[in-house]
Amino acid sequence: MSDTHAETAFIRTEMLAPALPPVTERGAIKWLRENLFAGWLNTALTLVSLLLVLMLLAKIMPWWLNGVWNANSLGECRTIAGPEGGACWAVIKARWHQYIFGFYPQDAYWRPILAFGLMFVALAPVLYYGLRSGAKLIGVVAVLTVISLALLDHNIVHVLVIAALMAGLFALSWVAPKRLVYVTLLYPFIAFWLLWGGSIWKPVATLLGFGVLVLGYRLVQPRLGVVMGTAIGFVAACVYWLFLQGFVTGALAGLPPSLPAVGSDQFGGFLLAFVIGVTAIICSLPIGVLLALGRRSDMVLIKTLSVGFIEFIRGVPLITMLFTASLLLQYFLPPQTNFDLILRVVILVTLFAAAYIAEVIRGGLAALPRGQYEAADALGLDYWQAQRLIIMPQALKISIPGIVSTFIGLFKDTTLVSFVGLLDPLRGVTQIVRADINWKGIYWEPYIFVGFIFFLICFGMSRYSMYLEQKLKTDHR
Amino acid sequence: MAMASEAPKDGFRLSMLIYDTRFRSFTIQVIVLILVLLGIAWLVDNTIQNLAAKDKDISFGFLWNRAGYDIEQQLIPYTNDSTHGRAAIIGLLNTLVVAFWGCIFATVIGVFVGVLRLSKNWLVGRLMTVYVEAFRNVPLLLWIIVVFVVTSETAPQPKDFKVTAEMIQTGAEPAAQKVLFDSIAITNRGWFIPGPLFERPLPTINLGSMSINLTWLAVVIVLVGSFWANRRVLRHARLVQEDTGIRPVTWWKSLLILIAPIVILLVAMGFHLDIPVFPTDDAGVSKGFNFQGGILVQHSFSALLIALSLYTGAFIAEAVRAGVLAISRGQTEAAYALGLRPGRTMNLIVLPQALRVIIPPLISQYLNLTKNTSLGIAVSYLDLRGTLGGITLNQTGRELECMLLMMAIYLTISLIISSLMNVFNSAVKLKER
Repeated sequence: MSDTHAETAFIRTEMLAPALPPVTERGAIKWLRENLFAGWLNTALTLVSLLLVLMLLAKIMPWWLNGVWNANSLGECRTIAGPEGGACWAVIKARWHQYIFGFYPQDAYWRPILAFGLMFVALAPVLYYGLRSGAKLIGVVAVLTVISLALLDHNIVHVLVIAALMAGLFALSWVAPKRLVYVTLLYPFIAFWLLWGGSIWKPVATLLGFGVLVLGYRLVQPRLGVVMGTAIGFVAACVYWLFLQGFVTGALAGLPPSLPAVGSDQFGGFLLAFVIGVTAIICSLPIGVLLALGRRSDMVLIKTLSVGFIEFIRGVPLITMLFTASLLLQYFLPPQTNFDLILRVVILVTLFAAAYIAEVIRGGLAALPRGQYEAADALGLDYWQAQRLIIMPQALKISIPGIVSTFIGLFKDTTLVSFVGLLDPLRGVTQIVRADINWKGIYWEPYIFVGFIFFLICFGMSRYSMYLEQKLKTDHR
Repeated sequence: MAMASEAPKDGFRLSMLIYDTRFRSFTIQVIVLILVLLGIAWLVDNTIQNLAAKDKDISFGFLWNRAGYDIEQQLIPYTNDSTHGRAAIIGLLNTLVVAFWGCIFATVIGVFVGVLRLSKNWLVGRLMTVYVEAFRNVPLLLWIIVVFVVTSETAPQPKDFKVTAEMIQTGAEPAAQKVLFDSIAITNRGWFIPGPLFERPLPTINLGSMSINLTWLAVVIVLVGSFWANRRVLRHARLVQEDTGIRPVTWWKSLLILIAPIVILLVAMGFHLDIPVFPTDDAGVSKGFNFQGGILVQHSFSALLIALSLYTGAFIAEAVRAGVLAISRGQTEAAYALGLRPGRTMNLIVLPQALRVIIPPLISQYLNLTKNTSLGIAVSYLDLRGTLGGITLNQTGRELECMLLMMAIYLTISLIISSLMNVFNSAVKLKER
């Protein structure tokens, strides 16, 4: 049978080159058809949103592009921009230093810049634990710090000394990244001294208190356990801070290394937002962890206190806490104690953030499977060991998105301090700028500038948290 | 079996307070209790000393003194002769009004944006992403100020709406026009919106300091009654369906029950909208300096409301998106396999399950919105913080009492909202096992 057709059979011996898909199924056209014009509803949505975007752009772009960068007053801006109008960015150019530093003395700008640069060095061991990219980060920060110093501070000695310091830190991070933890631990005191100035012996004397704490802990912990060790160390440190530190500081006050003191009323702008935000963020995390553990504790009293504290803080607006800081704190403290408004605000903002962090971490703790706790028990770990080695790392990992969004919220909320008379970048500084006769009547440009910087910082933080989530992802999917 | 319960029964030693886990928790709690009590005693003692030094006492008597300041937006009668207590109540009502409408608008915006952000349309998805990121990463205070500036400084003055004699002769239009079928006037003094007016209202009952407006009470009672009756009809329909398999037609009954009674009541009381207009003379020439009739909505209110709704809406959109994404694709695919169309899949399969994930963050967003109303201070909105925690506090100098009272009120509102929403949450929660 098959023979009869043998001569007519056709068998292709070589493959045909694949044909291109039809023009509607490839390239940009396919993308457009799938993403913009699939179905009539989709097409309508696309057209409406295109129209909207074009209308907005048509309104904004001419104003934006016609912006004036060099002028000495709003009137001059208007004259230069002409009848079609334009943004007056000159106000930013003229007043950027107030938006960033407030009334910080101009010849001391190197101090906040150095503190800011060192902040990233101090953060590097935390952000990029045990990675070479930590050293790269420090390198970039060092270069940026030195460049901005060179641009702002014309004292060549400052620049050279700080460049040497940054180079040293970079070398340290390259050779022994683990050692950077000491920089992290010392950073709060360095930053305090750099920002507020005064004698170096004041932060050193405060630091001694932590030495007392560690000493007490080391002495007591082997005999009485972690809780008692911490408690006794803490009590000893408190005794030192309250009763002894004054003498130490007094005795050392006159000794040489000291910077000109800068008062808290001279802080303002993003410097203030960073001081309040970063301090509150860092301090609220450990307090939040403790509160979360307290809320899950078996001890009724501890649990009640934690729940009461968390629910109280979460139930009232931040503004009432700030007013408490400015109006009420003086009632609760011993008569004649009078401490800095920034410090008072930082304390209450920290407590405020801690309650939110506690709730986020509680969520992380609740999401851990029971087996993890049982495994810790089976290994014979005590409560603190289990928390430190098994529970907390996992709970923190789960709660990263929540923690970072709390931080973002906290950083944005630093703008509220203008209501208690501090010069936040958004309202405080802008009011001062608008009070100037030259810039009276300007409102868009300062708000756009401040909003843009806030956007950059907060957006950066949220992207970093996404990166961290990816990096720490250990489940095998 | 050597059980742990066979612990040595020797006598109690003092060291067991520290080493024995059975007693250690008591030790810790007693120590903490003592420390807390000491701390409280210290704070109270300091407060007493400080108050004594300033010659003050703690007394809430100032709440019954004359307030002496005006509040622009008032939901119940108030004059500057009223007491500080009444001013605080006005402020509280103002807070609640913003919070109530803010929650509604934010939910609408949030659900809309959250669903659109998942749209297959690239452009729409990107636009929604831009909106969400812009609002989430910029302080709320900035949005409040910006919206306030936009609504107040760019709006025309009331006199721009006037029609003059020359305009009638030349046929020219006034500089500004009312919007939405000539009913709403946006001016730099505020928004004039139509107000409800009754020609034959029911009487108002006075009960000492309170007065009950029977007209609105009747409207509410009729509405609640209609909803109740409608539920009865629907339940009956469901029973019939379960018995016979045929569902009786209910849509016209529902429509009739929901609409007819309230329409009849409103017509009987002579309801009509009071549209804000300039008083005119016979020739159509406007007189006076401002609109008459209608309700004036302050810019501080509308700016706060718009900014809060947009800001919280962005957060709610993220919650909605997370909730929808949490539903596994298999659910949608199963629905498609059953032949359900996308709309019905969303309504019947995805959203009911997504609600379980969405509601807890929604609760905290509502709480945040309510607390954020206190930022009305930036646009001088006289809410609870503006009256009790602002002018009253400054006039009377009673920081401690005002702050305590204000915190207590905010705390109560928060607790009420969260408990209400938790009840709702347990109602829609997925019932499993």
